Amino acid sequence: MNESQHLSSQFDEDLSRLRTHVLQMGGLVETQVSAAIEAYATGEIASVKTIVETDRKVNELEKAIDDDCAHIIAKRQPTASDLRLVLGISKIVTDLERAGDEAKKIAKGVRRIYEGGHLPGQYGVGVRHLAEAALAMVRQALDAFARLDTPQATNVIRADTDVDVEFKSIIRQLITHMMEDPRTITTSIDIISIARAIERIGDHAKNVSEQVVYIVEGRDIRHTKEKVQ
Amino acid sequence: MQIHDTPTLKAEARNLNFFYGEAKALKNINMPIYDKKVTALIGPSGCGKSTYLRSFNRMHDLYPGNRYEGEIRFFPDNTNLLSPEVDPIEVRMRIGMVFQKPNPFPKTIYENVAYGLRVRGENNKRVLDDKVEHALKGAAIWEEVKDRLQDLAPNLSGGQQQRLCIARALATDPELLLFDEPTSALDPIATGAIEELVHELKKRVTILIVTHNMQQAARVSDYTAYMYLGEMIEFGKTDEIFIKPQDKRTEDYITGRMG
Repeated sequence: MNESQHLSSQFDEDLSRLRTHVLQMGGLVETQVSAAIEAYATGEIASVKTIVETDRKVNELEKAIDDDCAHIIAKRQPTASDLRLVLGISKIVTDLERAGDEAKKIAKGVRRIYEGGHLPGQYGVGVRHLAEAALAMVRQALDAFARLDTPQATNVIRADTDVDVEFKSIIRQLITHMMEDPRTITTSIDIISIARAIERIGDHAKNVSEQVVYIVEGRDIRHTKEKVQ
Repeated sequence: MQIHDTPTLKAEARNLNFFYGEAKALKNINMPIYDKKVTALIGPSGCGKSTYLRSFNRMHDLYPGNRYEGEIRFFPDNTNLLSPEVDPIEVRMRIGMVFQKPNPFPKTIYENVAYGLRVRGENNKRVLDDKVEHALKGAAIWEEVKDRLQDLAPNLSGGQQQRLCIARALATDPELLLFDEPTSALDPIATGAIEELVHELKKRVTILIVTHNMQQAARVSDYTAYMYLGEMIEFGKTDEIFIKPQDKRTEDYITGRMG
């Protein structure tokens, strides 16, 4: 990544503001995910409202950042690393926003479970661990973006495989529960949707990391097997 | 269907050095020019891109003290354009040039285009009429001037004058066209017309274009070469140069990071 300054200091400011906004948005999404996990563990469903409210801010930021990207393209005609940064950011914000939506889904699922008088921990063994792993991926992906650090991004991409494996094992285990005791079906389905949302958050963190690699190295590693070198 | 796009060579600079007296303006340039493709030369002022361009039609011969080293091979006949045995006039018949500012002769529109053909000895009125019309059509200006071929060329608008100059260059059926910042004196509409024309022309002629407008290079060219201080820093497909240049100096220049 090119760290030297542009002839136009205004352009430098535009790009740096863009990056700051992405990190701000990422910070909000991270809070959402972390609050959703917390709600799952503690049954503190009051935070569900906050998560939903944060989502509005996240949505606003997504639109504002996309708008800034469009302005930079129109005004500056960025090329090379600048172009990759703007394109990458425009994709990153989509993934961040969707990760925020998944956090909202988790929160609502948690609320349903607790309001139904159940405790998710009874059936959803391993979900908490899965969630911690996905949250760590989000943090590391944002960190990789902030420092334009491809080794870090690569770690996140690797970690996604573990999250996927863990998700499948949780599903298997819940299916067993449901077959053994049909009364657990309602709660189990909610837990499945929570686990699915967590797994999707991991996917979004991976997508963000793939964009970091594209921004830094110009390599598009989406949908490839040889992504981790 | 062609799986591998392997363009044929139209010309190739080999270890090309050029001196204005003592000053070395081109330093060991090696670069292919592909047939029926547009190659853009970019770089800051004084980097040697115009000097390089002008070497192709031996314009430097006009001034004493200028000196070439190395070769520019021209295909398919593999002539070394720089060889002293090669007649510069012959070279200029095969390689046309269009300059920064439109420079029509103070003659009629018709005579501007017919001039090169007359110099070649063509005097048959019907042949001349045909070729003038063909060249004006090729330069996308025929419709605008067909009813006023006897008007003086300098009365045309800037954009029309430039297209007339392109028609003049096309009249002798050149194999290579050299453009030295052909749109820097034109407004965006006239510039758009010239860019569109370049796109059309490459179906039948190879084009080498010097431009200060990076977006123009990105728009019109298939290959781009970045030059700096007389050296060719990077040559590659335009799509790759503008998204992922290999050299930091190219990156700095095209992203506007260099003073």
